[in-house]
Amino acid sequence: MKSRAFPLLMTTLVFALLYLFCLTQYSSFASMRVVCNLLRNYAYLGIPAIGVTFVILSGGIDLSPGSVIAFTGVFCALMIERNGMHPLVVFAIILVIGTLFGATMGSIIHYFKIPAFIVTLAGLFLARGGAYVLTTDSISITHQFYVDVSNIVYVFPDGGRFTFAAGAFVIVLLVGIFLAHYTRFGRNVYAMGGNETGALLQGVPIGRTTITIYALSSFLATFAGIILSLSKRSGDSTIAMGAELDIIAGVVIGGTLLTGGVGYVVGTFIGILLPGVIHTYLTLDGSLTPWWIKIIIGVLLFGFIGMQMLLSSQFNPLKLIRIPRRAAA
Amino acid sequence: MQPQPILQLKEKLADLKLGGFSWNNRAVWSVAALIIILIVNRLISPNFFSIDMVNGRLIGSLINILDGASAIILLSIGMTLVIATKGIDLSVGTVMAIASAVAVMLINQYEAGAGEFYYMPGVVILIAVAAGAICGLWNGFLVAYLNIQPIIATLILLISGRGIAQMITQGQSPTFTNETLAFIGRGVILGVPFPIYLCLAMLILVTLLVRRSAIGLLIESVGINARASFYAGINSARIKVMVYTLSGICAALAGLVVAGEVKSADPHKAGEFAELDAILAVVIGGTSLNGGRFNLFLSALGVLIIQSLLTGLYVSKLHPTANLVVKAIVVLAVLLLQSDEFRSFLKRLFRRRA
Repeated sequence: MKSRAFPLLMTTLVFALLYLFCLTQYSSFASMRVVCNLLRNYAYLGIPAIGVTFVILSGGIDLSPGSVIAFTGVFCALMIERNGMHPLVVFAIILVIGTLFGATMGSIIHYFKIPAFIVTLAGLFLARGGAYVLTTDSISITHQFYVDVSNIVYVFPDGGRFTFAAGAFVIVLLVGIFLAHYTRFGRNVYAMGGNETGALLQGVPIGRTTITIYALSSFLATFAGIILSLSKRSGDSTIAMGAELDIIAGVVIGGTLLTGGVGYVVGTFIGILLPGVIHTYLTLDGSLTPWWIKIIIGVLLFGFIGMQMLLSSQFNPLKLIRIPRRAAA
Repeated sequence: MQPQPILQLKEKLADLKLGGFSWNNRAVWSVAALIIILIVNRLISPNFFSIDMVNGRLIGSLINILDGASAIILLSIGMTLVIATKGIDLSVGTVMAIASAVAVMLINQYEAGAGEFYYMPGVVILIAVAAGAICGLWNGFLVAYLNIQPIIATLILLISGRGIAQMITQGQSPTFTNETLAFIGRGVILGVPFPIYLCLAMLILVTLLVRRSAIGLLIESVGINARASFYAGINSARIKVMVYTLSGICAALAGLVVAGEVKSADPHKAGEFAELDAILAVVIGGTSLNGGRFNLFLSALGVLIIQSLLTGLYVSKLHPTANLVVKAIVVLAVLLLQSDEFRSFLKRLFRRRA
């Protein structure tokens, strides 16, 4: 019961129960249509969330993904529509820019010892501002390549459309799991998050790992921006506003501790989809007003954190009576 | 290797600090940044420093900076204390939205003729501030008694708070006409906008509270080492609840200022990104995110740096879309200058060239 996987198990259980509940209310939850829509609609949050999981596992934080997504979308739209470049060339350029952006943030965090929160906050402003500078218009993309990509789709017998975005989400998830649990890089990330000094003494290259982590996070955010650009077929500088907080909430709901060192990439996958299931339910229900979803997600977040606190290995019910003193120590 | 006497002299000079002055003092860099930005603004716009009296109201860029900065300065007061305890309050922006939504919904009942005492403007303001205090209490409870990390504890309210504000106004952005409530945001006393008085009053009040009593010291000790403070007999949980509550109150006041300025409550946009601006200002002001030493006036200075920068961009007629980019770059520059590692990096760079 005190295993590190416990929060993940609980999240999975809650997700399963919630899904079952939805299933009893609306039979359409059994269709691949709902599943595929979930994957497609949440790909742009889920892909950067997997990058942010690595950042949080290492004990850092990344607030910039939402802005990076917006910048990517606007950059792609401008380069393709105004400069007539081929989308694949543009994608390659923006992925390099995005990765360098993340590597720069990682370097500043590592070499100049400025807190990650503040550096990535500046990154948030910089990327969003960059998108505004490029253009404040919403530009639609009409390039043939975009049409071709949107035709890459596997249609299930019941009409569920497993699109390119959904496929990319699943592939990134699998690569993320591989990176976290089967590579030296993944080990280093966990070691750093568990105890940075200890990791350093064990010979973990802290600097290189930090820079790689933030580069990876921004790379995935850029990739998500491309995916969103492909499915929206437009670039808009105000898109994905506040996405960074949905992403962090998803990672935390997925059982990753913000202190670092504990968590699973697959947990993030569930943590991101959970609000999606609620959203789908509320949309089908139709009687609940949109602000309820925000309140419910807040309550869920509280519930999950509370559960993790209660079930963490340090918890002792007898000490509840002396809560203030426990809190102090 | 330098000769011994010269090294000793250097050490003595470093100790001397010339009346508290030292290049390692973060305050020096903040003041320098503000002065440089103001001078650049003056170079761009020749009448930047001029202040005129029009219709009993002082008009000028400097007044605009102070007036425009007031909401964030209010936030920065609470945020400084929270950060000094090694915490962070992400919810202030949504608390602004909640407080202004509460105030405007109640005041519109009063305008519509409801006579109950809790619809009176003065009481409405108190209720709105109390709403902020309750939000702060909730945050403080989560952080201090449930041991939830501050960033997550306040993230809960950040996400659900906007929903709560929208629920209060039923998804609308109601306007109001009540002059008493509007006075908080747009009133003028002796030619100076009321929000400036409010900021100064709060700054002085809170400074007196933390510096004329032991509270400031206790806050710093909790921020530096909560466990040691606990063993030294400090009730750090109570201190934490106190600072989060104060942050909620400050956020509510900021919400009223913003609502008063535009005579409406916008639950969707009010205070959006305000928490990030406040945190930036506090850090620019030299309070470390790792807790400990804090200075409320330096945080206010941090807000003024950001605000004069934005005002400068406005008068320079640079395209307003560049605002965020310039803000990010200047903020990063100030933070880098404050970083010991960056300064020693620069020193090494110049030494190599020499």
